[in-house]
Amino acid sequence: MTLSILKERKDQVVERINGNETVSCSRESLAGAVSQRACVFCGSRVVLYPIADALHLIHGPIGCAAYTWDIRGALSSGPELHRLSFSTDLRERDIIFGGEKKLEAALDELITRHNPKAAFVYSTCIVGIIGDDLGAVCRKMTELKKIPVIPVQSEGFKGSKREGYFAACKAMFTLVGTGKPENISPVSVNILGDFNLAGEIWIIRDYLKKMGVEVVANITGDGRVDDIRRCHGAALNLVQCSGATLDLAKMMKEKFNIPFLRVSYLGIEDMAESLYIVADHFSHIDKDIEEKTRQLVKTELEQIMPEIKKIREELNGKKAAIYVGGAFKAFSLVKAFRRIGMSVVLVGSQTGTDEDYRELAKITDPGTVIVDDSNPRELSDFIVKKGVDVFVGGVKERPIAYKLGVAFCDHNHERKIALEGFTGMLNFAREIHNSVTSPVWKFHPARLSRVEEKSSEVCCG
Amino acid sequence: MLHHTPDEISERHALKVNPAKTCQPIGAMYAALGVHGCLPHSHGSQGCCSYHRSHLTRHYKEPVMASTSSFTEGASVFGGGPNLRQSLKTIFQVYNPDIVAVHTTCLSETIGDDLPSIIKSAVEDKTVPEGKHVIHCNTPSYVGSHVTGYSNMAAGIVKCLCEKDETESKRINVIPGFTDPSDMRKIKGMLKEMKADFIMFPDTSGVLDTPQTAEYKMYPDGGAKISDIMRAGGSSLSLCLGKWSSEAAGVELEKKCSVPFRVLDLPIGVLATDRFVEAVSQELGLPVPKSIRDERGKLVDMLTDYQQYLYKKKVAIFGDPDTVIPMTEFLLSAGMMPKHIITGTPGKAFEKRIDSMMKEHGHDYEYNCSNSADLFYLHQLIKKEPVDLLIGNTYGKYIAAEENIPFVRFGFPILDRVGHSHFPKAGYMGGMHFISGVINTLLDKMDRETPEDMTMELVA
Ligand code: SF4
Ligand code: SF4
Repeated sequence: MTLSILKERKDQVVERINGNETVSCSRESLAGAVSQRACVFCGSRVVLYPIADALHLIHGPIGCAAYTWDIRGALSSGPELHRLSFSTDLRERDIIFGGEKKLEAALDELITRHNPKAAFVYSTCIVGIIGDDLGAVCRKMTELKKIPVIPVQSEGFKGSKREGYFAACKAMFTLVGTGKPENISPVSVNILGDFNLAGEIWIIRDYLKKMGVEVVANITGDGRVDDIRRCHGAALNLVQCSGATLDLAKMMKEKFNIPFLRVSYLGIEDMAESLYIVADHFSHIDKDIEEKTRQLVKTELEQIMPEIKKIREELNGKKAAIYVGGAFKAFSLVKAFRRIGMSVVLVGSQTGTDEDYRELAKITDPGTVIVDDSNPRELSDFIVKKGVDVFVGGVKERPIAYKLGVAFCDHNHERKIALEGFTGMLNFAREIHNSVTSPVWKFHPARLSRVEEKSSEVCCG
Repeated sequence: MLHHTPDEISERHALKVNPAKTCQPIGAMYAALGVHGCLPHSHGSQGCCSYHRSHLTRHYKEPVMASTSSFTEGASVFGGGPNLRQSLKTIFQVYNPDIVAVHTTCLSETIGDDLPSIIKSAVEDKTVPEGKHVIHCNTPSYVGSHVTGYSNMAAGIVKCLCEKDETESKRINVIPGFTDPSDMRKIKGMLKEMKADFIMFPDTSGVLDTPQTAEYKMYPDGGAKISDIMRAGGSSLSLCLGKWSSEAAGVELEKKCSVPFRVLDLPIGVLATDRFVEAVSQELGLPVPKSIRDERGKLVDMLTDYQQYLYKKKVAIFGDPDTVIPMTEFLLSAGMMPKHIITGTPGKAFEKRIDSMMKEHGHDYEYNCSNSADLFYLHQLIKKEPVDLLIGNTYGKYIAAEENIPFVRFGFPILDRVGHSHFPKAGYMGGMHFISGVINTLLDKMDRETPEDMTMELVA
């Protein structure tokens, strides 16, 4: 079959041969493409909104707020102000005369009513064009209301999600260092880059607690403003994922000299490795920490391995495709799939960097297709060509997978089962197992034809 | 989750909290999908397009394709003309649709890109291949709501495609409001049963409710055919089902092709469906077949059988004007008491219409009705005056959970349940489907809350 790759995209798609391939990336999407990419605002919103006791006000027309209302359902153990949707709902006259007055009034009213610990004000495309001075309004309201009112410069057209992460980090960084870092253990960390969509951060905190590590701030899942204000008192930053919060860690390193480690909580290897490097980091202070960590990993593994082994037997040789927002998640998923006996034949991300793709080329098997900023046409062609059994992606990819008779695992939205930690690996294995082995596929016309092809092969052979 | 809502209702001018509407382009994108072989194109930054597609996908559980002009800083300063031209080139080269439907976003509107002239030059220099169509409409999101966007695209379809035709013909155009493919399919079904000659557009049935075929079709089999839409200029009457979403297209057809139009409600509930059937029968001189009369009879039978569970039950309902209005009427005719009736879409006509409907039904109880409202306000109304049932889109579930009210999903978007693409709420059968959902939901709650030894007889 002929694959529909746009000519201009040829170097954004490569097939792994020897592990030295590079993928052209960080490009603007081609105008007219059915791009799966989101915008700067989306990136900022995703990172900041789990801060549960802050007010999140979207300055713009209603749509930007409507589509992101509780879009990922980040969980909080306390206040849930973040799960409401606040918008200045800019109208035509605001576009003409400016929206600053309206923004001020909205902030005034909301802060009085909800008493948040801080307020984030998100800029959208149109605010960038009409030229509202977000910074000035925020400064004024900070003074008036005696809480930090922080502008997030997230005009959508200024790039993709990644620029949005950066804007979010800049906004959060204005809080860091404004609280008192007292009574914090020398064995302490901040958890960066987990959003607690399904209680993941509670799992990780539990592991760290068992190791004797204090968590100062969750950034941002189940996050609290006051924790972030004093998080410069932590001894170490743990940064998860493709750098949604990496910039913040870098800023904190520069200003407060706090080192950071990049970790991943997905899959057994990466989870255990992440805990071990934390233990290693603190071993000069707490000499038992390494032993405690080994014990923890051992106990956890004993609980999950028997079932994982069984699942592995049944999934052996099946094929997976991965298309996720950030490439770092893809690394872990490649390994996690290997763990349950499956090979990854297609892997891609919306926002991977050059470095990310080099790494992907290294860890994948020969023949694996690696793509940057793909589109539905391309993805579906590869899925069919490669005979994929399960596809891991976001909401927009789900119906495509189902139409093609391919099982699907949503690794982003709409999930209430944690996939992180050791428990998460078991959940992941179960979910993949369930969706791959579900009896419904036997009705699926695509599967029927696959079976037919196979049996005809046998006949001819 | 909504424990942050205070009981006291305060005046709000500057903001929306928990919106009951969304922005125009998503409506335009939806309407465009109702044309066969059409690729909607979002002229703006990629973020909007991505959100609109995700939202539609989550509601319809189908892949939704749309391309974007992918604005960057440069485009935002110097205008998006080059982006649109490049887009059209890419689209026809790679995705090869029969027709592209361009809508704007806040951004391109504010910059002021002139769509008609950009498209015109692209047609002239053959960037748009011969035989292909590019239609367009303006959808500034700071005006109206998603419903307005649908309406603008429906009118845009007429403006760009319909052709005047003076030959006498007894045929109606049906322009359905912003509603699910299940409803469009049902309305077509009734027309076919009546043996009516009709053209329906937009028509998303067969596009967003497709069967499993193992083949991924970028352009599914359904949707209104371009050739049919062109012929709509020669019909004898247009029925616009929904003032907010379809009247503009009717007006445009009259202006451009001298086809008169009538605005009806979407046929939801007994009375609105009666009016629709009657209008068709009258215009085309066709009898109402027994099959349709039987369906009506069954709906009435269900309503009478279960009236005791519906009568005087207080209801809060929110959604889009074109669906909320006939639904409110339906609730009234079932003996229920709509207490709080709100829409996020602006327009005073909404309140006027609901008021007159209340009067027609001889009601003198107090109720709240507002346009341009949000769910924070609705929640406060409910806290003040509790109801027995909440009807609305997915986002109602937060209120329902907080106040422990039975909840029936209705409208757009429904992100967390299935079925709405296939089981209609339109037509008599759709009415049965909807009201049985209401009855069962109320009964479920009764069962749950009635002590064991007092549970209702099994037959209810
Ligand atoms: S910018 Fe405008 S068009 Fe885009 S999502 Fe926001 S409201 Fe909708
Ligand atoms: S308007 Fe801009 S900020 Fe809003 S969704 Fe669209 S691209 Fe993102």
